[in-house]
Amino acid sequence: MAGQLSLETPKTKRTKKTLGGLLVIRDSRVGMVGLTLVTFWVLVAIFAPLIAPYSPLAQDSSAINQGPSAQYPLGTDTMGRDVLSRLVHGSRTILLLAPLSVICAVIVGAFLGLVGGYFGGIVDEVVMRLLDAIMAFPTILLYLIIISAIGPSALNVVIAITFVGAPGVARLVRSLTLDIRTRDYIRAAETRGEHPFFIMFREILPNARGPIIIDSMLRVGYAIFSIGTLGFLGLGLPPPTPDWGGMISEARKYIWTNPLGVLWPALAISSLVVGLNLFADGLREESTRYQ
Amino acid sequence: MDDHRPSTPILDVRELAISYKTRRGQVPAVRDVTFDILRGEAHGIVGESGCGKSTVAFGIVSFLGRNGRIVGGRILFQGQELVGRSEEELRRIRGDRIAMVYQDPMQALNPSMRLGDQMTEVLTTHRGLKLEAARERCLEMLDRVYMPDPANVMQRYPHQISGGQQQRVVIAIALLNDPALLIMDEPTTALDVTVEAAVLDLIAELQRTFDTAIMYISHNLGVVARVSSKVGVMYAGEMVERAVVERIFIRPFHPYTQGLIRCVPRLGMDKRSSHLYPIRGRVPSPSNLPPGCIFEPRCDYARADCSQKKPPLREIEPGHWVRCFHAEEIAQTEWQVPADLAEQLARPAGYDPNAEPILRITGARTYYRVPSKKLLTRKKLYVKAVDDVSLEVRKGQALGIVGESGCGKSTLVKTIIGMEKPTGGQFDFMGMDVSVPVSKRDLALIRELQMVFQNPDSTLNPSFTVANQIARPLIRFKTVPRDQVESQVLRLLQMMKLDERYLDRLPRQLSGGEKQRVGIARAIAGQPELVLCDEPVSALDVSVQAAVLNLLMEIQAELGSTMIFIAHDLSVVRFFCDHIAVMYLGQIAEVGPAEAIYAPPYHPYTEALLSAVPIPDPRAEQKHIRLSGTVPSALNPPTGCRFNTRCPRKIGTICETEVPPWREEGHGHRIFCHLPLDVLCKMDAVVTVNQ
Repeated sequence: MAGQLSLETPKTKRTKKTLGGLLVIRDSRVGMVGLTLVTFWVLVAIFAPLIAPYSPLAQDSSAINQGPSAQYPLGTDTMGRDVLSRLVHGSRTILLLAPLSVICAVIVGAFLGLVGGYFGGIVDEVVMRLLDAIMAFPTILLYLIIISAIGPSALNVVIAITFVGAPGVARLVRSLTLDIRTRDYIRAAETRGEHPFFIMFREILPNARGPIIIDSMLRVGYAIFSIGTLGFLGLGLPPPTPDWGGMISEARKYIWTNPLGVLWPALAISSLVVGLNLFADGLREESTRYQ
Repeated sequence: MDDHRPSTPILDVRELAISYKTRRGQVPAVRDVTFDILRGEAHGIVGESGCGKSTVAFGIVSFLGRNGRIVGGRILFQGQELVGRSEEELRRIRGDRIAMVYQDPMQALNPSMRLGDQMTEVLTTHRGLKLEAARERCLEMLDRVYMPDPANVMQRYPHQISGGQQQRVVIAIALLNDPALLIMDEPTTALDVTVEAAVLDLIAELQRTFDTAIMYISHNLGVVARVSSKVGVMYAGEMVERAVVERIFIRPFHPYTQGLIRCVPRLGMDKRSSHLYPIRGRVPSPSNLPPGCIFEPRCDYARADCSQKKPPLREIEPGHWVRCFHAEEIAQTEWQVPADLAEQLARPAGYDPNAEPILRITGARTYYRVPSKKLLTRKKLYVKAVDDVSLEVRKGQALGIVGESGCGKSTLVKTIIGMEKPTGGQFDFMGMDVSVPVSKRDLALIRELQMVFQNPDSTLNPSFTVANQIARPLIRFKTVPRDQVESQVLRLLQMMKLDERYLDRLPRQLSGGEKQRVGIARAIAGQPELVLCDEPVSALDVSVQAAVLNLLMEIQAELGSTMIFIAHDLSVVRFFCDHIAVMYLGQIAEVGPAEAIYAPPYHPYTEALLSAVPIPDPRAEQKHIRLSGTVPSALNPPTGCRFNTRCPRKIGTICETEVPPWREEGHGHRIFCHLPLDVLCKMDAVVTVNQ
């Protein structure tokens, strides 16, 4: 029945498709809450210099480790820097690094998953066992090993998250590939004598994009956590860069004198992660509902 | 419960209307459906997919899902109203007196429970029977549905028995509570013809012995003709005609019923002496129905008043109901092929039986290796999917390959096209060797062999537009210069009777028939010499099937391409193909010109297949041959003649020990059997039609 109905209005369907099919999110209340949260942080990041009252690095030695006041709405940190300005600027780094590292992980993971899933046999066996070996390590330990080996910097954070995230993406893409590979249009491409890479990237990958996009949304959330964790452990961005994880780590020492100092960056991280998760959930629900 | 008068129908459905709530509002899926079923009567409901057959059935058992609702009409079961009752009341009225059998037996059986436990559970929980008594009754019931070795079957799990046997178990479970009404929704659609025939026999017998009312839903006119005593024809959610089975098939009044009957090939029809007449247009979607008669936009007899008001279902003759204003008039006039349709009717290609063979296969073998279950004995096991097959395909010929599922027909085609590597044999295609896999073939060879697939939903890549799908082979094979690709795509689309509006559409915006047309366009875009069609019409509705078959014929006539056509529907193969090969368990049992295959002499297997084909004509008489058992495993095929384990004409141990010889009848008609030719020639024709 649904198949018949979809024939009704090809025009509107087409426009929906060109907008990336993301518009289905309008029908999901949960998804819209998520989208609002994420949009809020994206806007904050874009307009950071306009929103932040001070420079994130400016120190006020007269106001160290203070609670909220008229001058500093969210208080100041141990070095007298404005917490609000650091939070606002911190959103920039995190919203740049997290999606970037996920994109890298998806590129690497999708490639390995496609190769393993499409060729199968010994290729699949080798690729997947190597990835299993990576997944066998606790993630936090992997981060520690990688960062301590190559040193803390923005680029190395991206590398570490890519390395840790790629096996998961590869598993997802491989299972999608195993399914799509059996469809008749893949056989049609094979009987046309298409190159395996054409089949993988042009015939299979576009049809796996839905689950990959939703998975990536969730992964951006995890990546934000990871960046926060690395910052907290002092393995993230080198100081004095405003970094939410680092802010928690510093404020933690004075949690009894200024408990709000921990609360603000923690709230920032969790609201962004929750927002991304809700958005991904809503998207998944709505896009699979009428299939 | 049995106190009602015999004249009271078991089921009486009056003006039933069912709607589904969707994002776009209420969709009236079923409107104004009226019929009744008497006790001991089998009432067939036929119609194409999406016309509301199953919705009616679900309405009766109030299983419409969360978004479906009965919005009008009445359903009387044994005289009691079912509509508008609460769940609790329904349970009380209906009790366990309505049973339902679905298409897929695997969905109805619990895979992790022994069949015996599933069956006895029905009686111990619903009837409060003691386990021993329940077991007795189940055994008896399995025996009544002709299940071989019932005691053993009770101990097994569903996956350990064949599909036909599973469906028997489901039917047995449905009958355990002695239902007054048995609803069967396409119960044989997933089964092979020979198995289907046996299950249909069973249903016909149950109707006689159990005195149950049966509502039988099917899209297959032949199946309905075989089991039902009355038939209702549904179209776009309405019942358009209802009468006893003979009248529906011999003297239909409604133009839709007439159209349906005209568009199915009957066994014995061929493309040179007859035409298939597809019904123009397509079924309207229930959310966008025509204001007047629902069939008016597709009707050859449509008048002005047809689009103004809705015709009622009226009794035109005693017991014959039809929803048409002009039925009397239509019945009197002989149907003329409308001018626009006549233009479209393909003239079959003039095929020359003496043309050069373009494909010659000798002793082809394709084995699949399966890992041995035992860890230590590294014995290699092989599934002999294709074993010693020799074939010739001549230029311009349409070769049909038929056989039950698992007979190796798909593997043979996959081997020819290079998706499976043959284990042995010679494959010669226009002087080139095609025993190499497609990845090692020359582009020039690849473009000569293209394929049309079975499933319209997976034949097209959902991410690409129609234009892209058709253009890809043109670009890849450099059929036309780059700047002419666009115009060539358009020309191909027009050949498929689709216009340029389709260029930018995605597969999900196409109907099944349209997808299949695009799939065909993609296959012929590179102008291949040989097109391999793997069940190209089996997933389509009959009216669409006729149009696609006509299209294939037209392509063949226009391009002179050669085709290998796999199908399980013997009427379709007979209609479409010049030459037919019957396969059984990886080998060819009989091969020859189409007309020779369908007339004696037969291979005993062909004879059994033909006697199992459901024929949409209640007057047709078929010999009653039912094969026992199932197709043996190709892992360990029987010695001698592979058909010996099921052959009704087995002559002795020679069949088990020696490979049969080829009996040559002439004109390329060969039969792989130990029976001498003169014995084979004395067989009677399987199908006779009494006029």
